[in-house]
Amino acid sequence: MDFNFTEEQTMIRDSLARLIKDQYDFDTRRKVVASKEGWRPKMWAQFAELGLLAAPFSEEDGGLGGGPIDAMVVMEEFGKGLVVEPFLQTVVVGGGFLKRATEGQKAEHLAPMIAGERVFAFAYAEPKGRYNLADLETTAKKDGAGWKISGHKAVVVGAPWASHLIVTARTAGGRRDTKGIGVFIVAKDARGVTTRDYPTVDGRRASEVHFDNVAVGADAVIGDAENGLPLIERVTDEAIAALCAEACGAMKVAQTMTVEYSRQRKQFGTPIGKFQVLQHKMVDMFMEAEQSVSMTYMATLKLDEDDVTRKKAASAAKVRIGQAGRFVGQNAIQIHGGMGMTDELAIGHYFKRLTIIDSEFGNVDHHLKRYTDLSAADMAVAAE
Amino acid sequence: MNLDFTPEENAFRDEVRAFIRDNYPKELMNMGTREDLSREQFLAWHKILGRKGWSAVAWPKKYGGTGWTSTQRYIWSEENARVDSIMPLPFGVSMVGPVIYTFGSEEQKAKHLPGILSGDVWWAQGYSEPGAGSDLASLKTTAVRDGDHYVINGQKTWTTLAQHADWGFFLCRTDPSAKSQEGISFILVDMKTPGIEVRPIKLIDGTHEVNETWLTDVRVPVENLVGKENEGWTYAKFLLAHERSGIAGVARSKRGIERLRDIASSETIDGTPLILNGDFSRKISQLEIDLTALEFTELRTLASEAAGKGPGPESSILKIKGTEIQQRLTELTLEAVGNYGAPYARGMDGHGINDFGVGPEYSNFAADTYFNMRKTSIYGGSNEIQRNIITKMILGL
Repeated sequence: MDFNFTEEQTMIRDSLARLIKDQYDFDTRRKVVASKEGWRPKMWAQFAELGLLAAPFSEEDGGLGGGPIDAMVVMEEFGKGLVVEPFLQTVVVGGGFLKRATEGQKAEHLAPMIAGERVFAFAYAEPKGRYNLADLETTAKKDGAGWKISGHKAVVVGAPWASHLIVTARTAGGRRDTKGIGVFIVAKDARGVTTRDYPTVDGRRASEVHFDNVAVGADAVIGDAENGLPLIERVTDEAIAALCAEACGAMKVAQTMTVEYSRQRKQFGTPIGKFQVLQHKMVDMFMEAEQSVSMTYMATLKLDEDDVTRKKAASAAKVRIGQAGRFVGQNAIQIHGGMGMTDELAIGHYFKRLTIIDSEFGNVDHHLKRYTDLSAADMAVAAE
Repeated sequence: MNLDFTPEENAFRDEVRAFIRDNYPKELMNMGTREDLSREQFLAWHKILGRKGWSAVAWPKKYGGTGWTSTQRYIWSEENARVDSIMPLPFGVSMVGPVIYTFGSEEQKAKHLPGILSGDVWWAQGYSEPGAGSDLASLKTTAVRDGDHYVINGQKTWTTLAQHADWGFFLCRTDPSAKSQEGISFILVDMKTPGIEVRPIKLIDGTHEVNETWLTDVRVPVENLVGKENEGWTYAKFLLAHERSGIAGVARSKRGIERLRDIASSETIDGTPLILNGDFSRKISQLEIDLTALEFTELRTLASEAAGKGPGPESSILKIKGTEIQQRLTELTLEAVGNYGAPYARGMDGHGINDFGVGPEYSNFAADTYFNMRKTSIYGGSNEIQRNIITKMILGL
């Protein structure tokens, strides 16, 4: 058992932390979020230069030979800096599908992605599907050698910045069947793709994406067009682990910022950090953040285990971190008092990001149920 | 970063599993959380381990410990939890032992460590007083120097299992003029010394687990002082940090969740097993998830300990979360048994509690255990005191 980071991972952390400190301070971020584009393609190019986009991929795939731990390191720093650029969507999700794709697809998509020239968004959620990855009304119908995709994908984070979309669609079966689901790469400028772009409450950009008989070739399919759900679940669990790491970064900052504020702010003639009722609240925040780090390590380290172990680990982490994020976020605002309600202070922006993280890739209730169902299935197997 | 065990660690697991299988007394299996055991039952496994050289898993080798790594200790506690063994009590091995080998004289080491290791000498902890609980430093028991002796007067309370004790370690005030945390000394006392009276306190679960200990003109040789006079608070804090590091009880709680699942599979609600009831099964899931968070927090702490850092204030997190989980586990177990939580086996006069015969066997002590486990957030420095420690030592407020 080993909880140490490699030299490369430490280097990634340090150089990214420096870059964020120098070029991603809170005021700069606020300007970027308010700008027309909502992100900085130049920052993305710097991420590519630093090797962040290559870090989690094998050397055969043109990467630096790292893996999920490297993505975890990056995402934690992103969380600390409230970075909006779509590392999760492009590298963790897009890259997660592509590293399991054909050599041709890797050459077409993965290489330019690692070079920073291709940006992905994950179009999986639908207006009525909530968190069920198999509840799909979007269809892909066989059309000669290729496919035609139609449907409406909801809250596709990063889609306004993306050149390509990873789209899940039903290729066979009924609306919530686990079989008959395919994964497709679609260029956003393909004919029949329309988007309605908007900002999100936590400073990012997303789109409602409509597909109207969008024609794609046979080479657009990643994996098994009839049975893509296992791959979708696997990549989604990897995204959950990365998202948990981002939450850990945000929680750590929110917690330390709150302690710092309680040292400065005086009421009744004394720093409010001297009041035991607030001290114990901040200790609880600290413990929530620490346990979130533990859960993130756990889920990340179990990504390559068998399916049930991996799924339970990811769901357990998402439950714990959803609860911790809510606790830390809400109490950070409470202890900041009226100032916590202002847009001017960074703390409110950490609170907003932590709030939305819970709803991404399934909230606490969803994952508590998934974990429970998996445990029941586990017991049934053991009883046989 | 990885979670893999080395081939050596896997071989170690096989070795200890076989040793437990071949040597743990069969009649004492699944009794690790019972409080109403005889002295012989409490000491049986300790003595077997003492002969094997495995009774002090956290001690360095030179003092008779195993010298095991933190991973080996983790494996050891997991394997013991599998049979829910009655582990060596903490008072000797985990508390006074490390204080003696760290701060004690050569004579004290030679005299006391062998008995702690073998399980032949039972130790009691004389810390709390009626007026000094969380505010331990306000303790009033005095030790006054008289020639070659200290003369101890005062009253200690919550002395766990002191009815069996051969020796005790006591915090006494040796300088009444000093500020509260100064002027305290750490003194070893033979419990057979005249002037010591141990009176039972019956607890809400019906057991006699703790006592009041009255000390009246108890004469103790000065060589029983550990370390320096008036420096006892330093040793007391050292001891508490050691006590906390093993307190998370992860492996035990894992076993407890397995047992809870078994119970919930036997119990039914509207004709279906309780385990399939969404409300109840999600409570188990939440508990298990929180336990996983604790487990990996402990593993991280062990890893940093292995890297040379001793148990620090982080062990307070393990104490708080570990005890919360132990309490929730017993609470859910009591919920699971439903109506049969109420019958009181220990309340039967003239009947053996082990053949009570009312309700399923697993229900017999569910309430008692739940009642008893409320102690865990109070003892070892209450969970509120732990939060004070984190406030000061980690948050720096």
